[in-house]
Amino acid sequence: MWANINILWEAPGFLVDLLANGLLIGSIFALAAFGMALVWGVMNIINIVQGEYVMLGGFVTFYLVQAGIPPLFGVPVAAAVLFILGWGMYRVVIHRVVDKDMFISILATFGISILLAQLTNELFGSDVRTVEAGLDTLQFLDGMVSISEIKLLAFVLTLTIGLTLWLFLKRSRLGQAIRATAQNPRAARILGIDTDRVFAATYALNAALCGAAGALVVMAWAIHPYIGLPYTVRSFMIVVTAGLGNIGGVVVAGLGLGALENLAGFVLGAEFQIAFVFTLMVVILVLRNLLLRRQRKYLK
Amino acid sequence: MQTKPVWVKSLSGLFLGLGLAMTAPLQAAETITLGAAVSLTGKYSTAGNHTKKGYDLAVKLINDGGGVNVGGKKYQIAVKYYDDESTPARGAQLAERLIKQDGVKFLLGPYSSGLTKAIAPVTEKYGVPMVEANGASRSLFNKGYRYLFAVLSTSEQYLQSAVDLVAEVAKSNGRPLSSVKVAGVFENDPFSQDIRAGVIDDISRLGLKLVIDDKLPPDLNDMAATLTKVKALKPDLLVVSGHSKGATLAIRQLSEMKVNVPMLAMTHCESAKIHKTFPGKSDYTLCATQWAETMSYRDDVFGSAGDFAKTFEAAYDYVPPYQAAESSAAVLVFADAFTRAGSFDPVKVRDALAATDMQTFYGFVKFDATGKNIAKPMALRQIQGGKYVVVAPVDKAAGELQHPIPTWDKR
Repeated sequence: MWANINILWEAPGFLVDLLANGLLIGSIFALAAFGMALVWGVMNIINIVQGEYVMLGGFVTFYLVQAGIPPLFGVPVAAAVLFILGWGMYRVVIHRVVDKDMFISILATFGISILLAQLTNELFGSDVRTVEAGLDTLQFLDGMVSISEIKLLAFVLTLTIGLTLWLFLKRSRLGQAIRATAQNPRAARILGIDTDRVFAATYALNAALCGAAGALVVMAWAIHPYIGLPYTVRSFMIVVTAGLGNIGGVVVAGLGLGALENLAGFVLGAEFQIAFVFTLMVVILVLRNLLLRRQRKYLK
Repeated sequence: MQTKPVWVKSLSGLFLGLGLAMTAPLQAAETITLGAAVSLTGKYSTAGNHTKKGYDLAVKLINDGGGVNVGGKKYQIAVKYYDDESTPARGAQLAERLIKQDGVKFLLGPYSSGLTKAIAPVTEKYGVPMVEANGASRSLFNKGYRYLFAVLSTSEQYLQSAVDLVAEVAKSNGRPLSSVKVAGVFENDPFSQDIRAGVIDDISRLGLKLVIDDKLPPDLNDMAATLTKVKALKPDLLVVSGHSKGATLAIRQLSEMKVNVPMLAMTHCESAKIHKTFPGKSDYTLCATQWAETMSYRDDVFGSAGDFAKTFEAAYDYVPPYQAAESSAAVLVFADAFTRAGSFDPVKVRDALAATDMQTFYGFVKFDATGKNIAKPMALRQIQGGKYVVVAPVDKAAGELQHPIPTWDKR
């Protein structure tokens, strides 16, 4: 560990590399977490399927590329396909658990996540898949810092989507309906908002955002049917840190998590990278609870 | 009920007759039955089917050549298969069933270390010799099993040849071995950790320096942190073992982060298909393999390694993966042991197996006291222009090692 810190001390260029790469990685985590923040905030559902939607977005992109379509089209197409899937999932399962106890919705989405992972494995096999986006890498500081353009693209895309989402929630009619429903579904219903449609739209939007993230994951790393859970866990963490429905907070928390995780992987060794994520989650949950207790609230 | 037309009946009668006529001589000759529980469904089904085809092909060729000569009499070989569904518990049950219910006295191994680990205690309990070809974990060979024999190289040897190679290169360049730096990235699962143990043994035996020793959690989908370390410490050799995901991520991120290493060795290149997914970028990578069809081993049943590949492709329409080759070799080893034992007494066959010293198209086979094959080295193939070329061991090499790997700005 000290040897690793020493490297960073002697060649701070690598620290820049770690943090820059970490921030870019974090942007993809943030993209997958936007939807969770929405669904959690609006529908009071912790969506465990999050990671599977990311994985499916990756598969959609992979098969598009197999069919000869340029990889970058995968981002909108995966989002569209996942939007439809999300809408369908709402109509079949999720609408039954919206008003129920949170435990039931966790159980239901956990079930869907297992089902989707297994189905993908059955249908497409367990091979690891990846897509070459055909983009290059930018190098700085004598090659010490290297930033791949695909991750840069992910970063820009996340910020753009975040901003659009924020504007959408603030300005558009559906956005306002979503916010109204989040505040008080019953009151919203009395005022003539079709909350069922709002829920469906929110859930489908979440799946679409995950799909876009998945398209980026398959271009930046690799996917296989069981890759989902780590993305769910990270999304959960980001949302817990940021607070429900807080789009700006999700971006900041996502970037922070990416940077810290990458740094931890370097300093503590890769074997502690995931352990670090979980430990951080516990720390954040405890801290949040303490902060909330001051206001006589508690973490739900 | 509608009866079938007369011509259908007569035709089916004809086929039945033909079938009987064809099987008749087989039934006349004596048959020795081997048992095997193989993963024909479940997560290992792809490799399990390679295994079964390997067994079947060897059995067919031996039988076509007249069978095995045991005590002056010719015997045909048959294999009784069960599907273990890729689950260890089922494998153990089926082994018990093969031995107790079906009366099988000799077993061929299943696919994977996990399944072999489940079956070995059963064969040991009943004193049934098992020759296996697909369980490489070294934990199979420190339990004192007497009836377990493995024709393949065990997992700790997978990347040792790469460590040897980097040492050789350093020696020929006149560099002291203590200045040679090795970086290792291994997934945190039993198989990859076996490989790590072998690499570390070899590093300390040769007096090299291990500068990175990272264990990737199976959940982790990113090597960025480790590769930044590689960039900083500039090792002479980077070894990666993390199944298909590790191989894919390594090539993807090495090329993306422009990390330069003079030598890169890994496992699972073939199953990750890195030569196809990353054409050009995967070049110069050294890949550990049990066997390659260009190697110069040979035997009387199949001929050379290349002949085996041709026979296999003619029968099954695809290039044989090494899982199929080693499975065929296991049958050859059994046949050889039967002949030398001159009987089907399990104890005599077991002793004959222990004394095996033969060459097959797959390589030399000679077991040590723990039952693992110590006569066959692992081979290293380098991807050169998108093709796999054997570069080590040197006497079996089909091409020259391309070293060092040019830096990314020159590729």
